[in-house]
Amino acid sequence: MITPLIIKRFGKLAVFIACCAPLLWLILKIFAVGPLQLGPNPIENIQDTLGIWGLRMLCATLALTPLTWVTGPSLIRFRRMLGLFAFTYCGLHFLNYLILDQTFDFAAIIEDILKRPFITIGFLGLLTMTPLAITSTNNWRRKLGRHWKHLHRLVYLTVILACWHFYWQVKKDLMEPLIYCLIIAVLLGLRIWRIYRHK
Amino acid sequence: MLIRQKPVIRSFQITPEHNYLNRRDFIGSTALAGTSLLFAPGCAGADDKTPAANPEVNSFEDITRYNNFYEFGLDKEDPAKLSGAFNTSPWSVTIDGEAEITGKFNFEDIIGPHAIEERIYRFRCVEAWSMVVPWNGISLSNVLQRFKPTSKAKFVAFETVYRPAEMPGQRRGVLDFPYREGLTIAEAMHPLTLLATGLYGVDLPGQNGAPLRLIVPWKYGFKSIKSIVRISFTETRPYTTWSDAMPAEYGFYANVNPEVDHPRWSQARERRIGSGLFAKKQPTLMFNGYGDEVASLYTGLDLTRHF
Repeated sequence: MITPLIIKRFGKLAVFIACCAPLLWLILKIFAVGPLQLGPNPIENIQDTLGIWGLRMLCATLALTPLTWVTGPSLIRFRRMLGLFAFTYCGLHFLNYLILDQTFDFAAIIEDILKRPFITIGFLGLLTMTPLAITSTNNWRRKLGRHWKHLHRLVYLTVILACWHFYWQVKKDLMEPLIYCLIIAVLLGLRIWRIYRHK
Repeated sequence: MLIRQKPVIRSFQITPEHNYLNRRDFIGSTALAGTSLLFAPGCAGADDKTPAANPEVNSFEDITRYNNFYEFGLDKEDPAKLSGAFNTSPWSVTIDGEAEITGKFNFEDIIGPHAIEERIYRFRCVEAWSMVVPWNGISLSNVLQRFKPTSKAKFVAFETVYRPAEMPGQRRGVLDFPYREGLTIAEAMHPLTLLATGLYGVDLPGQNGAPLRLIVPWKYGFKSIKSIVRISFTETRPYTTWSDAMPAEYGFYANVNPEVDHPRWSQARERRIGSGLFAKKQPTLMFNGYGDEVASLYTGLDLTRHF
């Protein structure tokens, strides 16, 4: 039986381990441990894995609040960690693009960001996450007071940009990005529904 | 008609892959030594672990595990995993349209009269990755000429087999199957244009377009249609799957061109498959490096508009 006490004691550790798992799996693949391999195009594999987990973590972060309406507030303690993991995966996604994919070719990177809408959108998404990660500490939260909450509503924009980035990147089959669009529509829709219900 | 049988012992059974990859060194060194094969380094089997002594050519594994063949699925690994039920024997090809000889022909009758050659070609995908593949096949022109195309034959259209029961990707209908492609008659008759039947000396695996596919090395890979069941000589430009589905992103010509970007990504550089984690992308060459041979096909054509 998972009691609130157990969640309090071991919850964060469990969530931390779960959030690290995709990254660990990727690292094992990079070092070709056992049968694990990145395949013929390793850089693309890393890029896609980090990107999709970034989006999944964002969705998980946004799913917590509606969940607490049902389960009570104890789950909210995981929200900051999930958000920081989302930022970590998205940041590593960008670093892989910067370092391994483009090998610091800044001319090409700037051209990509300016000329290619799906990269522009992805980059904007990362920019909107950065202040949220920075101000995630208790110290910043106290300093910003009620503005902290306003600032962190930026995450709604982040998740829309992230999903849009995925949607535009796909060549033809839109099934997977559309599933994420639907998930995000539900997560944001629930919030709107709640606002109207309380009025 | 002379029916040429495939050799009973295939070259891959005689020559291990790394020796095959080393064959230039082998030929070079034996020419230098001028004498005994016993001292040829490629033959000694001493350096089994060399991944590719000829770094240009991709490994058999890379070529057969990283495929775009939407008939079997959308992920690059899907075709290798999901083409097991694909049966290519017997196989027949319908030849129709503007030609004197038309009809349905067995695979053996199409290929039989010709000697299979090996061609090592660069292969550039529109998604900005590339490989170097040792194909086996025959010049398409040699085959087409036997059917005596008439003066009305301005284009050649190709069609991939439609077998949803064996090709799970066709059941999802991501593209307008059966997959179709086309070339101008001049492109189809160009000596570089290959009708491939194998790679690395083995029959084409299902995921690479068994048993018969097109290879047009100066064009993006999607032009090189796989598992062909129909070749039609037409007077007008035929339907081509990608360029008709998304005309803003894929053109009929689809010549490799580093100066004309895809709307969503740059075509100036390419990722060489098999080059590892720390390799830089390499510059893409005009006509994929085959400009000397094929640029004259396009004199007067605005390649920015006719991409």
